[in-house]
Amino acid sequence: MAKKVTRAYLDKVRRDNARKDKKTISSIENAADEIYKKILKRGKPAMRFPVRSLSNVSYDKRKGYLEIGKARKERTLTVNTVKGFAQTLRMMGLSRDLVRSNDFATKRDVYYQSKNWEDAKFDEQTESDTVMDDIEALFSVDDVSREQLRFVPDEHGGAVAGDLVVLDPDIESGEVERIDCTRFGSGAYSIPTSVEHLSFETKAKFVLAIETGGVFQRLQSHKFWKSSNCILVNMAGVPTRSTRRFIRRLSEEAKIPVYAFVDCDPYGISNIYRTLKVGSGNAAHINRFFCVPNATYLGVTPQDIIDYELPTHPLKDVDIKRAKDALKNDPFFKSKKSWKSAIEQLLSMGVRAEQQALAMWGLNYVIEEYLPRKLKNPGKFLP
Amino acid sequence: MPPTKSPSRKKTAKKAAKKTAKKKVAGKAAKKKTSRSPSKKASKNGRSSKDSHKQADLFSGSPASDKKKSTSKKKVTSKKTPAKAKDSNITKADILATKQKDISVSEFFAKNRHLLGFDSPARALLTTVREAIDNSLDACEEAEITPEIYLEVTAISEDQHKILIRDNGPGIVKEQLPKIFGRLLYGSKFHARKQTRGQQGIGISAAGMYGTLTTGKPMRVISRISRRKPAIEVTLAIDMAKNQPVIKKEREVEVDWSHGTEVHIELEGTYKKGKHSIDAFLEQVSLANPHVELTYINPVDEEPIIWNRVTKHLPEPPLEILPHPHGVELGILMQMMKVTNSRTVSGFLCSEFCRVTPNVVKKVREETVALGKDVDTDRQPRRLSSADVKILHKAIENTKMMAPPTNCLSPIGEELMSKTLTRNFDPELVITVTRQPAVYRGNPFQVEAGIAYGGELPGDDLASIFRFANRVPLQYEQGACAITQSIVASPWRNYEVQQARGALPTGPLAVLVHIASVWVPFTSESKKAVAGDDEILQEMRLAIMEAGRKLATHLRKKRRLADAERKKDYIKKYIPQIGIALQDILDLSDQQRTGAESKLADVLERSRKM
Repeated sequence: MAKKVTRAYLDKVRRDNARKDKKTISSIENAADEIYKKILKRGKPAMRFPVRSLSNVSYDKRKGYLEIGKARKERTLTVNTVKGFAQTLRMMGLSRDLVRSNDFATKRDVYYQSKNWEDAKFDEQTESDTVMDDIEALFSVDDVSREQLRFVPDEHGGAVAGDLVVLDPDIESGEVERIDCTRFGSGAYSIPTSVEHLSFETKAKFVLAIETGGVFQRLQSHKFWKSSNCILVNMAGVPTRSTRRFIRRLSEEAKIPVYAFVDCDPYGISNIYRTLKVGSGNAAHINRFFCVPNATYLGVTPQDIIDYELPTHPLKDVDIKRAKDALKNDPFFKSKKSWKSAIEQLLSMGVRAEQQALAMWGLNYVIEEYLPRKLKNPGKFLP
Repeated sequence: MPPTKSPSRKKTAKKAAKKTAKKKVAGKAAKKKTSRSPSKKASKNGRSSKDSHKQADLFSGSPASDKKKSTSKKKVTSKKTPAKAKDSNITKADILATKQKDISVSEFFAKNRHLLGFDSPARALLTTVREAIDNSLDACEEAEITPEIYLEVTAISEDQHKILIRDNGPGIVKEQLPKIFGRLLYGSKFHARKQTRGQQGIGISAAGMYGTLTTGKPMRVISRISRRKPAIEVTLAIDMAKNQPVIKKEREVEVDWSHGTEVHIELEGTYKKGKHSIDAFLEQVSLANPHVELTYINPVDEEPIIWNRVTKHLPEPPLEILPHPHGVELGILMQMMKVTNSRTVSGFLCSEFCRVTPNVVKKVREETVALGKDVDTDRQPRRLSSADVKILHKAIENTKMMAPPTNCLSPIGEELMSKTLTRNFDPELVITVTRQPAVYRGNPFQVEAGIAYGGELPGDDLASIFRFANRVPLQYEQGACAITQSIVASPWRNYEVQQARGALPTGPLAVLVHIASVWVPFTSESKKAVAGDDEILQEMRLAIMEAGRKLATHLRKKRRLADAERKKDYIKKYIPQIGIALQDILDLSDQQRTGAESKLADVLERSRKM
């Protein structure tokens, strides 16, 4: 599976990037031009955004992610929307500048950038965030991602350890940084905010995506990745976009499955795992990039609580609400019978169990018993 | 300053005084009355003093405690010499009787000043002014003179003030002067079946007495009845034991006015600003009395405050009407039947109530039959048993009859309310509503509402509420008043005015509500708040809502204009930003940019107007 970063590969990455940048710029310019032409015709310009709400989200098994529906809302330039229009256009201009100067900006950066826009400046970051989401949705229709618009998240990504070499080329100089994820000692490789230009060398059999730092730490320090030949990823709660994108690219490029190992509670199931696998509900317009359709759920399952006699806590009201919501409204869970019965089982048990509950049987029980036993039967993982 | 009184009026006044005294003691009195029959007999000839006696027993602390002491003493003595007590055959009641003596109204008042509005120094000052203004207005109106009142409050020390009030009323003849100002319960205003201003307290004489009590200074009254006659100055105090005026000095004086009355009272009292101040009271008086010219000098501000009258015409004098049978309470009915001169129940009903004819009486009798007892309406009213009167009362309630006449009321009127509101607040908008008269429980009443909006009125505060009953400002117990309740219950948010749940509206608002009625239902004897009968609340709400809707129309129009202005601003502000962005993204020339900007501005301007 070894793969070299060749000149040809670099050229390809460069071409890809150039093509994407060109597309980004042309998308922006087309949108602006449409508005400009409409103005010249003395018409009222309008922008069409995908409707971003659960009612406009569907789950397609073949595609494997939550997909935004066809509903669009049109925002016409009127006296009332003139401010938002001006701000949207100015932010599009900023994005174009960023692409052309090969730079990027975080949400906070954009907010401060807007302070140069005189009357169009934002008073609060929440305002600029909203406009950014609008632009992202606007261009998602053209398959242009937020990262391609050069708006990057402030949040930092997850951590990686195991049998993996990340090839991180500097596109300008062509110099390639080889990052060996086995060589971080007791530490780990941190996933960068942009992962599109990375490529991978690995012989691992699977990726283990872990919810908590505690379990990740244990598996990493005991070199679990060595004994079971895998790559460990610490999601640290709900995986960020770049973590999702990293796992997605890794699993697709290396053609290896992804197993999720999270707490057995409605949050671990419906927020962390669901978001990893099919993307998030309120940012459905970008899920196509930021999901890992070939992830499956290793544990902890409700059945594990019984099988391993795990210590539990009672479900809180918010847990119950979340679980019921998943059963009733989440298009993903609704389409998976085995998930439906698993969540119903959890609800009827009325309890939750954390990953680390396995420590009851010994601190390294998870390494020595639980995971090996589970990994014998990946076919039985929840979808 | 009070109106001149004819001899016949005097009688009614005294009668009325009795009635009120009786009414006050109400149920509680009943028990005590029976146990003390000897004393009652003894003072039967005493007329007004008899009433005061009863009041004293009930209200004043000291006589009661004296009594207790005496009983306990007696017990002690009877133990020591039991034989003596048996011999003399003297009952406890006899012994008590020797301790029970007449207490004059004045004396009663001296010990119970809190009952009459003199409970705190700040209130004492206000009560005095209220009584004085009331008297002046009534005097002028009764003599059909447009009132002109001059009021001066001067500080002697922080807690002693001098009050000078002068009106241009008819003046008072020399002989009456001491009686009017030197006796309590002497007047013409009690218990007429018409819309009256008075019946608030015990009168200006009480204020004078309070002054004498607290400062030792007698009240001074100057009155002149005609240009051709000299003004008379009387200095007088009240002999509290006898309820009689004591003239300290009487002389002719030179004054520069041709008729009217001037009263000087020195009293213990503190001057304060605020909701319960004299200033606030006069503000309210001026709102409800558009025909009054009022000059006021307070001890704090240098400039006098002057409310110029907005009309020369006196308000239509309210007409006196007979009570309507549907409004009469059982106790009152019994009382009326006891004192009536009519020979038959039928005659009594026809002559002492409005809207009752022999035909109506027949129907009432039929109703009594329906209630299970045929009450003979041809019997003497006095002969009816109380059970019969009860049935009669119920039967009257059940009988349909014409509503009382409503032409007896004298509202302020929309136009004049509007003028006084404008004069006092200089607002951006004034709306006034005078409802048609309505009837509740046999009493005709009429509600008026006025709203002043904007101008100098403070925008962040709760609305100022001005409550009036028969043109008299209500200053206390705002929360308990039906007027406040009806304002709170009105949907101000529908009228573009902020309102927190269950609270008064917030905004640059002054809301005036006036209820005129021959009998305003108050929540208590102190007449500080109007009681919330359903019909009254409903009328008040309808008046406020009618005014509110008009306010809403105005505010919506104003907001539309402001919106349009804001949008215009918007266009000016943000279109250049669109231009800049388009120029940036599409590499437009400056000319292309400005072209697009002006076209866009055009399009938006046009759409705005549509």
